[in-house]
Amino acid sequence: MRIELEKRAEHSQLMSVVSPLIAIGLTLVCGSILFISMGYNPTDALYAYFIEPLTTRWSIEELLVKAGPLVLIAVGLSVCFLSNSWNIGAEGQFTMGALAGSVIPVLFHDFTSPLALPVMVLMGALGGMAWASVPAFLKVRFGTNEILTSLMLVYIAQYILDFLVRGPWRDPEGFNFPESRIFDAAHVLPKIGEGRLHIGMIFAILAVLVVWWMLSRTLKGFEIKVMGETPRAGRFAGFSSNGVVWFGFLVSGGLAGLAGMAEVSGSIEQLTPVISPGYGFTAIIVAFLGRLNPIGILFAGLLLGLSYIGGETAQVSLGLTDKVTRVFQGMLLFFVLACDALILYSFRFASSAKSMKEAGNV
Amino acid sequence: MENEQRSGPVTEGEDLIKAKGITKRFGDILANNNVDLVIRQGEIHALLGENGAGKSTLVKILYGVLEPGAGEILWKGKRVSIPNPATARKLGVGMVFQHFSLFEALSVVENIALAMPKSEKIKALSKRITEVSQKYGLPLDPAALVADLPVGIRQRIEIVRCLLQNPSLIIMDEPTSVLTPQEADQLFVTLQRLASEGCAILYISHRLEEVKKICHNATIMRHGRVMGGCDPAVETPASLARMMVGSDVHDISTGATEVRQGDVMLRLRNLSIPSDGAFGIELKDVNLDLRGGEIVAVAGIAANGQSELFDAISGETQVRDAYAVEICGVPVGKRKVNDRRLLGAAFVPEERLGHGAVPGFVLSENILLTRYKTEPSLIRHGMLNQKLATEIEKRITVSYDVRMSHENPEARSLSGGNLQKFVVGRELDRVPKVLVINQPTWGVDAGAAALIRQAIIDLARGGSAVLVISQDLDEIYEISDRIAVIARGDLSMAEPASAMTREKVGLLMAGMGESKSASMALNAGETHAH
Repeated sequence: MRIELEKRAEHSQLMSVVSPLIAIGLTLVCGSILFISMGYNPTDALYAYFIEPLTTRWSIEELLVKAGPLVLIAVGLSVCFLSNSWNIGAEGQFTMGALAGSVIPVLFHDFTSPLALPVMVLMGALGGMAWASVPAFLKVRFGTNEILTSLMLVYIAQYILDFLVRGPWRDPEGFNFPESRIFDAAHVLPKIGEGRLHIGMIFAILAVLVVWWMLSRTLKGFEIKVMGETPRAGRFAGFSSNGVVWFGFLVSGGLAGLAGMAEVSGSIEQLTPVISPGYGFTAIIVAFLGRLNPIGILFAGLLLGLSYIGGETAQVSLGLTDKVTRVFQGMLLFFVLACDALILYSFRFASSAKSMKEAGNV
Repeated sequence: MENEQRSGPVTEGEDLIKAKGITKRFGDILANNNVDLVIRQGEIHALLGENGAGKSTLVKILYGVLEPGAGEILWKGKRVSIPNPATARKLGVGMVFQHFSLFEALSVVENIALAMPKSEKIKALSKRITEVSQKYGLPLDPAALVADLPVGIRQRIEIVRCLLQNPSLIIMDEPTSVLTPQEADQLFVTLQRLASEGCAILYISHRLEEVKKICHNATIMRHGRVMGGCDPAVETPASLARMMVGSDVHDISTGATEVRQGDVMLRLRNLSIPSDGAFGIELKDVNLDLRGGEIVAVAGIAANGQSELFDAISGETQVRDAYAVEICGVPVGKRKVNDRRLLGAAFVPEERLGHGAVPGFVLSENILLTRYKTEPSLIRHGMLNQKLATEIEKRITVSYDVRMSHENPEARSLSGGNLQKFVVGRELDRVPKVLVINQPTWGVDAGAAALIRQAIIDLARGGSAVLVISQDLDEIYEISDRIAVIARGDLSMAEPASAMTREKVGLLMAGMGESKSASMALNAGETHAH
């Protein structure tokens, strides 16, 4: 018995939609096995993870708070990934965006004009772009592998943040805690709803719409997809491969930076040594689970946001370790990538018993 | 010479391999449908068929690369299963592939050692290589680096590698497609010799002349079925072609014999490009004038600078000297591909999937690929006009008879011939003033090839200039007004097709440009052969 993969003549439209759902199903099955082996009732655990957070208004708002940055970062990454550039360092760009966006509230906290917020938004995006332009430049100029450079820059960015909040940017009235001053009300993104939900989610929805429109309707989107699938054909069409690398990194870096700025200004309202539960990495899963399609990413972001909240719920109600959340996310990415094969291949089980018997006779 | 080479159908030899009812399905396509094939010891057996007829599938099954869905294989009367190439080699089946599997950075003996049992020492192997290669008239230097060797010699390495394993059956997939006519004749002598020693050869080809010349028997395939066998000696190339294609191949009308000489539309002046990387080809001082109304063909063996030349003309490679390439009188050496398209030039690259078209994109998106600049209304304010692209796609698929399983499919789902008709049609639809087309009918079925060639001729007769880069001499003689030959980055002067004999083209292809060195080389080659 073995599995034979047969190439389809064309991409399967059906499987493009169904394969992420199969991946989610497989993750739930394997997750249940995991819970059983840990001695928990899988029904209770899955309920705590995926249903309970949806039962209260507070936790739904909290879910959106988590989904916002995930969607915003993942939408940018989809542009980069579609053009076949592998920006793994969104977490670093998120951090640098947060730092750049915090320059005004930390260093110029007296500047409280209505212009402050728009400038902060702009600086956040620029900070992320600047950090993303390092791997882009190295790739274009020296052919450096952008996966390594962008990933390593994540840790540099996190140490810069750590240095600033413990050193120069530490709150002088903060009893020596490694935190910046708490942002002035003029430097905090407007809230929507009753809890911590802020307009960062609106940025995310806008980004979804704009990027979806760009990818599906404009020449730029066409260029990105051509260069991503077949660079040789792209050059034949007159597109510049360096231009596409820059574009992908700047868009993904800019959106990640914006997400970082929105997170500190909207949710945390100050700088702390840790500002992200790994949004930049989880967004990679979101991007692929959403099949690099902005609309798909919106739903995928909600699901992964749910896994964060669910992890907290399960920790409280069942005493499950929050590391389980990471395991879940890892399994999900694994199955999503594996199920991608179904889009261009169909598989069937072939019996090779007959040919093996014949081989024995030779 | 010819009588010596062919000794008539071999009937006395015993059945070496017998395939019965071989069936192989790929998705919806029956690549092999109940195929029977018998090869006797010591015969040269031709396997004829158009591209996509199922020849490659059949030989891959015989060599153990593919597993048949149904059917059985008898080897010397005994039923066998061939699950992998190692088993095939153990039985005594060797194969020389169309695309060589050699490491360029290794020497000849190192490459061969990779396929031999580990116990064999390099030194002993070198000796054996020299012996075998001498014996069969395939001289090889075991220490030579593969990268330095021309394609014809590389093929020898593959053949010698096969011979060292003392095969009883050698499968050769289009062996002459990479050889000059002279090299091919040498190969025929070797094959003849092998056959006389009892080794059977399964010879896959679509060159009917050579099949007629050296093969004892032929099996003809069409659409995955065996259409029958014949003795190629008593057939004519035309009758063989008829069996392959199933109907008479359309004649192509070249239109007026007197070509109206138009203005120079494409001019190459001392075009030189250094090779990119160790295994690239350097273009040296290429000169060419291409006039409106004429078709100039560039002949040459694969990988002698054709793609470098194409890229330099299309603008995918730009050169320092703007005047090295002129399109319609405008120096464009430094300009990009779309600037050249805007001047009225159109380009069709050799590789259809991955260069001329994006495999996973539907046809209307592939229209955009080369035409978004030249068709102003395809892009409005940076937005794609997909409706217009679909209209153009419909127009082209209808007028160039592109057959599809449904409307606007992905490019990868089309067969080679249909995709080529689409890619050519996409450019001709613009009625370009200059058309540069690399391997217009490579791997394309006869019907599509005839349509494409006719379309190229019609374009030229309408006053456009056409440059055809091709490895297919029959095609070149069929359509071109003048012929130039490219060999290791050197382009010979384009001369009228009527003045270019096949022998002359062959010598130029082998890189023997000047007549004096050519005749010397010819003499030297003869002494070698004896």
